[in-house]
Amino acid sequence: MNYWQEAINLLVGGNSDVWAIIILSLQVSGVALLISAIIGVPLGSLIGLHTFPGRQLVIAIVYTGMGFPPVVIGLAVFLLLSRSGPLGFLGWLFTPSAMVLAQVILALPLVIGFTMSAVLAVDPALRTQIRALGASPTQTTLAMLWEARVGVLVALIAGFGGIISEVGAVMLVGGNIQGSTRVLTTAIVLETRKGAFDVAIALALVLLGITFVINLALLQLQGTLLKAKQ
Amino acid sequence: MNTESIYQLEAIQQRYGERLVLDIPSLQIERGELLALVGPSGAGKSTLLRILNFLETPTQGQLRFAGHTLGSRVPLELQRRVTTVFQRPALLSGSVLDNVAYGLRLRRHPQVRERAREALAAVGLGHLARAAAHTLSGGEAQRVALARALVITPDVLLLDEPTANLDPANVAAIERTVAEAHRRGTTIMLVTHNIFQARRLAQRVALMLDGRIIELAPTETFFETPHDPRTTAFIKGDMLY
Ligand SMILES: Nc1ncnc2c1ncn2[C@@H]1O[C@H](COP(=O)(O)OP(=O)(O)OP(=O)(O)O)[C@@H](O)[C@H]1O
Ligand SMILES: [Mg+2]
Repeated sequence: MNYWQEAINLLVGGNSDVWAIIILSLQVSGVALLISAIIGVPLGSLIGLHTFPGRQLVIAIVYTGMGFPPVVIGLAVFLLLSRSGPLGFLGWLFTPSAMVLAQVILALPLVIGFTMSAVLAVDPALRTQIRALGASPTQTTLAMLWEARVGVLVALIAGFGGIISEVGAVMLVGGNIQGSTRVLTTAIVLETRKGAFDVAIALALVLLGITFVINLALLQLQGTLLKAKQ
Repeated sequence: MNTESIYQLEAIQQRYGERLVLDIPSLQIERGELLALVGPSGAGKSTLLRILNFLETPTQGQLRFAGHTLGSRVPLELQRRVTTVFQRPALLSGSVLDNVAYGLRLRRHPQVRERAREALAAVGLGHLARAAAHTLSGGEAQRVALARALVITPDVLLLDEPTANLDPANVAAIERTVAEAHRRGTTIMLVTHNIFQARRLAQRVALMLDGRIIELAPTETFFETPHDPRTTAFIKGDMLY
């Protein structure tokens, strides 16, 4: 049972295959989160702060998306990007781009949904006051997002946590190709099947570490939130 | 154009669903005057202020402000000439000074900090500049809200019961600041439950009942020889509110 020792050695020794996987994971999920944030934060605040026809339906879709089975998203993206699919011409299937796309679809509802509830939690009287002080519609939205900043950060962290640890969708659309689309979760599956437990454990430790840091950050933020509400 | 009333309301009605909560056939508010608005709870006073600050569009009627007839989209430059201190002060997170500075920041004013400090000192709270806004007492918060409104030197200041639930010292501080703003030429509409306050500060007083202004007269006339018997009853305190 020397797997643990081996695992540590792989990490500390800077095994290039292992580190390539770690870096790709962070890149794919990082880019997916960035795209989700750019689209999801404005959209979430829009849905939260404005009434428009079909709002209830949109909210229902967002909530459904927040709990959607990732492997189903993977299948949909696969069909979309397959050679005969509507986006087949892009040639993205089995590339990191395909994984980013799948992860954006996974993270987006989380970012939108949590941003929406964050801005909804801000006192509506404050919004009226902000407008009465002469804020333009854009300035009002920015001020509301600032008031809801802790919740918006929670939205981003929840989105990242959701995609970095996901395996089904990236496996389907990325194909787990060594040196190109192999990320932490898919590599752990493969190495465990192969019996290469040292590598599997090393990667699992890293994934665990990343999710631990995410949870720690969440707790920290919740503390800030509680303090601010006093 | 300057002799024209700053606000002219014509056949203004506001409905929430089926309910008619505001019904004002005609109302002029003069430039630079201090008009007090009194009336029982639920009369529609806050609703009128929201319309005057362009935060709501009336269901019907015509609203003219500073020579412009306004629709549902009010240009930002006009919107920025009016502000309200609400019944319940809503402060932004951050420091007291951040709050007072907010309106200046929105307008990209060149001297945000200096002006905000002056305005805060004017309401006697200079020493609280760095305090977190959520640590303030009710009276302090209301004074900060007043400083935050005055610092942007609005043409029109709408005050919705700015001294409700405050102790005499805070009431005096707020009344002093309001009177000073009035002397500088700010048009002020003061909603108050305190008829003595209306008498102390206002040039004209209006009484609103069930969404209608039933009496509007110079302060002296309003209290001494009111036209409507309901005004007399209200002044005598017979009216429930
Ligand atoms: N957004 C709204 N939707 C439905 N009804 C409303 C709304 N806002 C106000 N009302 C109703 O309109 C009426 C007038 O309310 P308003 O707040 O203007 O009264 P007020 O004179 O300011 O009372 P108070 O002295 O208690 O502050 C009330 O009956 C209130 O319930
Ligand atoms: Mg009111």
